[in-house]
Amino acid sequence: MTVSEEQAWLHPSPGLWLMRRAEVVTVTVVLAAFFGVVFLAAKGPSAGVISVVVMLTIGAGFSWFVRRRYRAWRYQERHEDLIVARGVMVRRLSVVPYGRMQFVEVTAGPIERLFQLSTVKLHTAAAASDARIPGLEVAEAARLRDRLTELGESMAAGM
Amino acid sequence: MTIDRPDAGLPDDGWQRLHPLSPVARVGRLVPAIVLLFLVSTVHSKAENGRAETDYLVVITLASAVYGYVHWMVTRWRFEGDTLRIETGLIRKDSRRLPLARIQAVDIVRPLLARMLGVSELRIRVAGSGSTDGKLAYLAEAQAAELRLALLAGHHDTGVAVSSNTGLPMAIVTTGRLLGSVLLSLVSIILMGTIATLAVLDEFEPRTAAAVAGLLAVYLLSFAGVIWRRLSGQYAFIAVEGPEGIRIRRGLLQTISETVPYGRIQAVRQVEPLLWRPFGWCRLEVDIAGATARNQRGEGTAVVRKALLPVGSQQDSWHLLARLLGAPDPERTPPPRRARLKAPLSFHFLSAGHDGMHAVCVTGRINRATTWVPLEKSQSIRRVQGPLQRPLGLATVHVDVAGKRARAEFRDREVAEADRLVEELSELSRLARLHHQPAPGASAGGGGVAPSGWYPDPSGRHEQRYWHDGHWTEYVGDGGRRSSEAVTRTP
Repeated sequence: MTVSEEQAWLHPSPGLWLMRRAEVVTVTVVLAAFFGVVFLAAKGPSAGVISVVVMLTIGAGFSWFVRRRYRAWRYQERHEDLIVARGVMVRRLSVVPYGRMQFVEVTAGPIERLFQLSTVKLHTAAAASDARIPGLEVAEAARLRDRLTELGESMAAGM
Repeated sequence: MTIDRPDAGLPDDGWQRLHPLSPVARVGRLVPAIVLLFLVSTVHSKAENGRAETDYLVVITLASAVYGYVHWMVTRWRFEGDTLRIETGLIRKDSRRLPLARIQAVDIVRPLLARMLGVSELRIRVAGSGSTDGKLAYLAEAQAAELRLALLAGHHDTGVAVSSNTGLPMAIVTTGRLLGSVLLSLVSIILMGTIATLAVLDEFEPRTAAAVAGLLAVYLLSFAGVIWRRLSGQYAFIAVEGPEGIRIRRGLLQTISETVPYGRIQAVRQVEPLLWRPFGWCRLEVDIAGATARNQRGEGTAVVRKALLPVGSQQDSWHLLARLLGAPDPERTPPPRRARLKAPLSFHFLSAGHDGMHAVCVTGRINRATTWVPLEKSQSIRRVQGPLQRPLGLATVHVDVAGKRARAEFRDREVAEADRLVEELSELSRLARLHHQPAPGASAGGGGVAPSGWYPDPSGRHEQRYWHDGHWTEYVGDGGRRSSEAVTRTP
């Protein structure tokens, strides 16, 4: 997809992939251990091993999907607007002019903080326009926030 | 009628009171309820022991009369420079200042009793937040009309004539057509269908019919209520062109005069329900920004949807549309034929197009809806491609405007076209914002220029700038305060 070649696409930090992978691995290990113990107790050792293998396979598949989702996130700061693209199943691309921005929100949940990441979100007057960029390193998030605020103020167009 | 100052002709110093009949009109609204209570308690006590216990009704009536009178005593209003101040409340004082520059619309509402007493209620809507709206209930009819003009004149700065004479009506809804349109709506068809079924059932199984009717009674009544509200609310609908917007007057028992301002329209929707199509009828709705962007912190700014035309011919609709958006008629094209696989039903009407000023799109099968969005109002452009669209090589492009519901959707276009549209629409929106034609007429060739008034400042340095006689002036406004700053051409 070539929306514009004037600037390169930027991507979330590799830390986001690390974080997503850690989430998937944790959930997979917990579930595999749980089902493994349950089936071991109920049906014997072979059932326990099979259930663990099944859970690990599902986890691996999920991990592949999460990786694709991580790689689909990208954004581009152009002269007049910000472009954010995301999604694997449903591919979305939003173009938000700086002048339409009402405020910028930087959030960092507990898991994000563990990986020193934060999410930047742009709010406009339209509820539908979603420009959210997750998994930015703290410094990059701060830079983006300041730059967006500055651009938003200089180009404010109101309603 | 020309008003030089907002307060011309009104005492400048000193407070004004509401109309002396206000308590009567206010308390009078309770009369039906009190009468009903009286009847119920009389019937009830007749059945019990023959003596009516109506003392508490006297108490209620007296208490509300006293309340109404006290409320009238403590309510007063006056002009203070460029603001209208309204004070009310005996125990909890409430003092509101409504900056004239930020007044968005002044509606006149006249409930049945108020009409009989010759008074009307004035509702003043101010940009910012919903809580700053002002209300004067009630004023003498003539005074209300005069004050409304004065407020709108103040809003339009000094020296600009605001005429009270209403121009030629742009659209009228006759009673017959209104009746027809309501009868052909989904609600009334469900209602009539249910009643007919019950009648048939009554022939064969009277017991069951009575039981079912008892069960459904609440729903049937509420449906009838909806129909009644539509009829009485839109009765004698008339739209007239005014200097600040399209003025609408409507109502059977309670009449409402409201204004749809030109500059704040986010989107216009024309809906043609299946049953109306044989008659060529349609409904026109507008989305208007209620609050200014900067004061709002939340998902989507408050946007009001209003019926601009409850029912009318295509011609009426087009007439209104031309005035609001300056005859937007971009060429529309249908999506490629293979989109039929993804949208088998709605493919029939699906089409979309745009020109330099507007995007227009048609969606829906049962209710065909055509949406016009002025590109200068677009908040963001989005391209979405779902899992069904990808194998077909299709994508949808959205033009979002303020609010939760309004947007134009270029549904199921070719991927290459969608990519081109995203580029083109965001560029056109940018240009439209820069050149910001403040109001519709300005864009229409030969359609004249936009009416004078306060519009969002194109340079973005101030909240509003005064547009007069086809060009921007040096007068700017911020939060209701006026100042001046020379016009600098935006590139």
